[in-house]
Order: sequence, then C-alpha cells, then structure tokens
Amino acid sequence: MKISEIARILEAKVCYGEDMLDTEIRSACASDMMSDVLAFVKDQALLISGLCNPQVIRTADMMDIKCIALVRGKMPTPEMIEIAKQKGIAILTSEFRMYVACGALYAEGLHPGELRV
Amino acid sequence: MTSLRLEFDVSGNNFASAGTASDEVKKKLKMLGINPVDIRKVAIAMYEGEINMVIHAGGGKAIVDIYEDKIDIILKDNGPGIPDISLALTEGYSTATDTIRDLGFGAGMGLPNMKKYSDEFKIDSKVGEGTTVYMTIYFG
Repeated sequence: MKISEIARILEAKVCYGEDMLDTEIRSACASDMMSDVLAFVKDQALLISGLCNPQVIRTADMMDIKCIALVRGKMPTPEMIEIAKQKGIAILTSEFRMYVACGALYAEGLHPGELRV
Repeated sequence: MTSLRLEFDVSGNNFASAGTASDEVKKKLKMLGINPVDIRKVAIAMYEGEINMVIHAGGGKAIVDIYEDKIDIILKDNGPGIPDISLALTEGYSTATDTIRDLGFGAGMGLPNMKKYSDEFKIDSKVGEGTTVYMTIYFG
C-alpha cells in the first residue's frame, strides 16, 4: 500500500513527505510506548502513534520505519519535521483515534507482518 | 586489533536530543557497510541506553569502539545507581515517573531491550556513585 493510500484511508494531512507518497508500505505497527516499539517491532514500515515528540521520529529511524501516522489530530512540532527531513521519514496526521486508524488500515489490507517475540 | 573509537557526551538536560549519539553510531556503521540487522541491534541497544542515561542519571558518557567483527559500547553515568540490578532487568519493572511515561518511555523495557540485543552485556552499579553498562554486539 502506498503512503498516498494510507493518507487517503486515514483522511490524513501530509505534514512531511509529499515526495514519498509513492513509497510502498507493506506492514504496520501501533503504539504510544516507544520502548514497546523498540522491543517488539521487526520489519514494520508504518508506525501509528498518538505520541507526538521528537523521540517518535528517532525511534522510527532506529527501526528503519519509513512513515509515521500521528492519530487523534496530533500535529508534529517544527523540531520533529526537521528530524524527519534529515531521516527521510514521512509524517501524516489524522483525526482518527488509534483504534479506528488501525482498524481502517487493517480492513484495507495493511497487516502487521512479522513481529518479534 | 585496531578499532575506530567514538566518544559522546550524553546531555541530561535535553530529552529531545536523546538519541543523537546512537544516530551517529548508526550512520558510521552504515558507512562501514555493516549488515543492517546488526546495525539495528546496535541502534536499539544504544538508544535505550542513552534514553536511560537521560531519564535516570542526568546524562553521561558513551564510548564506542568499532572493530571489524564487533562493536563495544560503554555507557557511563554518575547517576543514583541501581540498588537491585536483577530487578531492574525484569521486563516491565520501571522507576520512571509519569512524566517520562508521557514521553513514551518508562515501560520497563530499557535494560531488558539492551540485554536482549547485545551478545555480551554487563552492568556495574554502585548506589550514589553511578552505573556503567558494557555491551558487545558481534557482526554477522
């Protein structure tokens, strides 16, 4: 699923990464706890989170995640956008709640992929 | 065996900048052509360590030695120390405040993650003096 399709499904605004909309995303994970992302995520390319601080971008970068979808209408700070630019990570923001965002993407075929155990 | 040494001061005052040392090491390993799976292990272990130093110890020092076949990471702080190391290594155990949890950390996964992604892992800690974490990750 392309990032443009994710943005459409989540009715999301693209905060950064207009030039990455054709990037293919094959799996996703969701968490507000970055330690859990670091512990359990394996090869997910999309992180759905309600947490909105620079560590979300840094965590995504450590995990080679290509796109972050912020939920509950969270807007990235200029500092977050700056780090996302340096790292080449797209940021979307959606008014959807986490549960709805996950459900909508799952229903359209974006699944978790492989997870660490 | 010769190594490439990198040293970093991890600031304890700026949570937003936590992770910059790990980022530098990750970039260096990429440049050296290290396998991405190993790079991710190093990045996670060191990033969790950096976050821990910022959250619990008011910052510290990171000393990284990169060899052909492995990386040695030493994270040293002068924080309050860990009274019970085996308890601190229990998944889910955390002494972090609600403020830290609001920032997305303090789930009690920091030290367990560092141990999990290291091939060799050791902690020396003295209450009132500080903590030093030694991690080695072999490449390939």
